[in-house]
Amino acid sequence: MTEPTEQRESLHEVKLTVNGGTRSATVTARRTLSDFLRHDLGLTGTHVGCEHGVCGACTVLLDDAPVRSCLIFAVSVSGQRVTTVEGLAGEPEAGRPSGLSPVQQAFHECHALQCGFCTPGFLTTVTACLAANPAPTRDQAVEMIAGNLCRCTGYQNIVDAVLRAAELQSAEVQGRQK
Amino acid sequence: MPEATAALAELGPSAKVLAGGQSLVPVLAMRLAAPAHLVDINGLGELDTVVADAGGVTVGALARHSRVEHDAAANRTQPLLAQALRLVAHPTIRNRGTTVGSLAHADPAGEMTTVLALCGGSVTAASTDGRRVIAAADFFLGPLESALRPDELATHAYFPALPRRSGSAFVEIARRNGDYALCGVGAIAELDELGVVRSLRCGYLSVSDTPLVLDLTREWEAGEGTVATRARDGVDPQSDLHATADYRRHLAGVLTVRAARQAISAARQAVGAA
Repeated sequence: MTEPTEQRESLHEVKLTVNGGTRSATVTARRTLSDFLRHDLGLTGTHVGCEHGVCGACTVLLDDAPVRSCLIFAVSVSGQRVTTVEGLAGEPEAGRPSGLSPVQQAFHECHALQCGFCTPGFLTTVTACLAANPAPTRDQAVEMIAGNLCRCTGYQNIVDAVLRAAELQSAEVQGRQK
Repeated sequence: MPEATAALAELGPSAKVLAGGQSLVPVLAMRLAAPAHLVDINGLGELDTVVADAGGVTVGALARHSRVEHDAAANRTQPLLAQALRLVAHPTIRNRGTTVGSLAHADPAGEMTTVLALCGGSVTAASTDGRRVIAAADFFLGPLESALRPDELATHAYFPALPRRSGSAFVEIARRNGDYALCGVGAIAELDELGVVRSLRCGYLSVSDTPLVLDLTREWEAGEGTVATRARDGVDPQSDLHATADYRRHLAGVLTVRAARQAISAARQAVGAA
């Protein structure tokens, strides 16, 4: 007979830097990072699709690298830095009147989402991939999003958006250098 | 690390080691396993190492796939690492999953198990009793079953260097980009002083219960048709939802020839460059 686990499960304080701010909560060791973000921190922008690492909807940046937040226990990454979809946009500013990040702006312009459920995972993944490769070819853009599933768009507009985001980002960089 | 091995010694079979969790956590999520305890080694920074020397590459238990894949020295020493790692799931999974973890998971559909078997590597296991080194040939016992005892932590994997005058290749066919391969083949070809193939060995994934390695040197002398026939006869695939056994067997023949050609071509380049 297994005893009910709830009573004897120990609690852990998890402290993360999320989108630039320090956030903490006390949770069980079994709390996934995706549930921690959504339920304990109220950051519901990170979506949970398949809960076993296949769909990519829950992708967040952990110390700037994209990871599946549903496959990581929050307690394992205490002390580390997390960027969620909520951390991509900023305040409206010159050259970025909507406040949207170049990747978000490109998804908007290219109609790269329909129901939007998978979008947070795409946005975080593409943001990290463009940081590593700011000028991808179309083939590289396809490769960038190969680990994320979208059941609406058929992907073509998402690939367009990756390339458009690269353009917007490079225009921003040039604008800043002027 | 003493804390981790002490925990494993105390908890025994009720515990599983958690590293990257890219295989273990899905297994937990689907309720295929329900260990009472997880021993999380993500805090053991001393195991986040990739060390290449003339003999080979030693990968620590916390080195993520992506780190191994992009380690220039490691891939000069054993190019099979990056050749296979680029086929391990997706970059996002490789950012978290560990190379040693995928060996401990012992999935016969895993690329790194095949690489370890093909290059004749080994795994170092630590417990409160000390350390032992387990050769690849003795490490994989069955599907998802390794020679690690419940009280042991796999701390390092050792991948011997690619021999001189040699080339390697890794090819596979999957239904979708980044998905499990229906069949995969790694090859190491070595040339003699005259540029003739002295040795050709191939490693297989997804077509046997444990990583299979075939020596195809003599078959290569007889021609590509003989190589393909030997590969088809040598594998023992199962039918499942994704492909029939016959189709996987067919792929083994096709991919063996493809991998062999690429490895021999790489060996010629290595000899030409030297």
